[in-house]
Amino acid sequence: MAVDLESPSNYITTRLRQAVNWGRKYSLWPLPFGVACCAIEFMSTVSSYNDISRFGAELVRFSPRQSDLLIIAGTISYKQAPILKTIYEQMAEPKWVIAMGVCASSGGFYNNYSTLQGADRVIPVDMYVAGCPPTPENLLYSLTLIQERVEKEGLVPSSVRHAGRVQS
Amino acid sequence: MSQKLVERLQREFGDEILAVASHRGDESVTVAPANLPKVLAHLKDAEGCEQLSDVVGVDYPDRDERFEVLYLLRSWRNKHRIQVRVPVAEDQPVPTVSGLYRSADWHEREVFDLFGVPFSGHPDLRRILCHHQFEGHALRKDYPIEQGQECTRPENLFTDADIARAAQRATNLVTRVGDAADEVHPSDLLTVNIGPSHPATHGALRAELLLDGETIIEARTEIGYIHRCFEKEAEDHTWAEVMPYTDRLNYCSAMLNNSIYASAVEKLIGIEATPRCQGIRVIVSELSRIIDHLVCVCANLVDIGALTNYWYLYNVRESIYESLEKLCGSRLTTNYARIGGMSHDLYPGFADEIRHKLGELDRGVTDVMKLVARNRIFLDRTSGVGAISQADALSWGYTGPCLRATGLAYDLRKEAPYWGYETYDFEIPTGTDGDTHDRIMVRMAEMVQSRSIVMQALDRLPSGPVDVDDARVILPPKAEVYGSIEGVMNQFKLIYEGIRVPAGEGYGFGEGANGELGFFCISDGTGHPYRMKVRPPCFPIFSSYAEMIQGGMIPDAIAVLGSLNIIAGELDR
Repeated sequence: MAVDLESPSNYITTRLRQAVNWGRKYSLWPLPFGVACCAIEFMSTVSSYNDISRFGAELVRFSPRQSDLLIIAGTISYKQAPILKTIYEQMAEPKWVIAMGVCASSGGFYNNYSTLQGADRVIPVDMYVAGCPPTPENLLYSLTLIQERVEKEGLVPSSVRHAGRVQS
Repeated sequence: MSQKLVERLQREFGDEILAVASHRGDESVTVAPANLPKVLAHLKDAEGCEQLSDVVGVDYPDRDERFEVLYLLRSWRNKHRIQVRVPVAEDQPVPTVSGLYRSADWHEREVFDLFGVPFSGHPDLRRILCHHQFEGHALRKDYPIEQGQECTRPENLFTDADIARAAQRATNLVTRVGDAADEVHPSDLLTVNIGPSHPATHGALRAELLLDGETIIEARTEIGYIHRCFEKEAEDHTWAEVMPYTDRLNYCSAMLNNSIYASAVEKLIGIEATPRCQGIRVIVSELSRIIDHLVCVCANLVDIGALTNYWYLYNVRESIYESLEKLCGSRLTTNYARIGGMSHDLYPGFADEIRHKLGELDRGVTDVMKLVARNRIFLDRTSGVGAISQADALSWGYTGPCLRATGLAYDLRKEAPYWGYETYDFEIPTGTDGDTHDRIMVRMAEMVQSRSIVMQALDRLPSGPVDVDDARVILPPKAEVYGSIEGVMNQFKLIYEGIRVPAGEGYGFGEGANGELGFFCISDGTGHPYRMKVRPPCFPIFSSYAEMIQGGMIPDAIAVLGSLNIIAGELDR
């Protein structure tokens, strides 16, 4: 990237990929798939004290067609699984997925007849956040890691990125 | 008082009362399935048992009559409780009591779903917590806990026949220009799903609505999207290991769940928490109640467009959370209480910190009241919306703020005091109309009362030990574990085998943030619960939701849902 702010016609030259990724990185629109306790911590993350808008991701959308970051906040049951899959499929490319908390990552301490043992059994997941529930700081950290990915590989479709990642 | 009730029942029904039992203050009578409606009708009409708190199924595979169905009844007016048990063999139907108590509808569906006990005459006997493709009955002792079953598609709540029937009642669409026929075609009705992933449901709930123009002509609700098998998990763990699971019932007020669960088990063991422990439980429970109400009110206000209040109230909540995190290392899921005590004492400086933070609460509540109390938009959106009468609320099994909004000052902290609540000076705020406005205002007023209780409790928190002095329930101090063989053994037995709770049954309850939170525990004398049934306050309240919103519009449905404060973790367990 070349920047010239001195000359009267100040200009920036960059590559398209970099410019687009830079824009995407700071304007992730999350869809909080809030089902359980983690959703309450997501609310804390959005509220003024932790303020997710510092990272440009405050525009929470509940329509999958308008969002590019799916945050699975809570336990996914077998009953919920087909709905989660539908929502993921409705999101437009490029898209990223955060499994917030241990339930969404692995089922957590709910190893039973109703709980799906990790959201990655039905959809691909980019980032797993530890904690039950994770603190807002933890979630914000994972958001910054997603941003790093977006910067590097934002133009790669997630179907390519996720190839072979879904377990079943 | 309840004993006399049992005697009166015996006089009234004679031999039809097959057995009576009493354990730790819980009275119960056993009747045959055929006599159940008669006995319950008598209890309701003649003995004032206006509320069916819960219906509990229990599986005893070794008995001839394999299942037992328990009906937990409460009379708020006469201050008594009674349990009616019905033993039934496999596939033997129990007559439904959904005509007597409206809350029975969902409670019976739950027993049918999890145990496979059929209820004859039930209007809508379907699964409720497990998905529609599930086979078998999950809480039977022979169902393996880890045997999951996949679900490939969500269930349609309305059949074509339902929609056709609803179309006959539709009136708003018939005046359409150019519509010659004076009737609505079923395809004109719009089907709208709210949930299971919707911002206004604050969790995984689903309501399917049929719209006649903009009016909800019929609504049906579905739950179970976050059924995490608390009750099955409890049977799989020791009594102490259940504690972290209780955090995740109502995750907005985990300390309340912790403390009430610990009390319920203590009741079954026959021990009482120390005065200091009771004081700490009162403090953390009332703080939890404040947090829970804060979340409910601010989310409710966001739903109806008043976003500013969210920032005001959530900051107070964050501030209290800081102290709770300091106290127990976690913000939401606290795991703070223990059977027989607390995990540890309060930290130095806790009292001053909380006093300061409650000052912030005052400011937050005052600011919000200034913004909403006389706000025209707020009043238009909430007054008269989703109103419910006192009789209906009792029949639906309402407790807590939603019941008190109808004008009934029923609060377990006053009606059946525990942890020394009778010694605190506080009032029970009530509403008048039982509508959304009153539910919000009751919660606002309760926060002020809870604040006062915390202040009183902090001022006179007794000194002394936090844990009971009983090696059967409390882990030995670490010095003893590392320093003596008895200490090691004691620790080992308590951890691996669990606390030996004497065989018996007990229903422990308290006033949760949403209403009566109860734990019906059955112990067979081993270290694990034989059966653990939670009485979640949300469950009966949400069962009335579909009927409450019929005839209204979608924005009203959203406002009502927020004010009922349905917490999915507790609803589905």
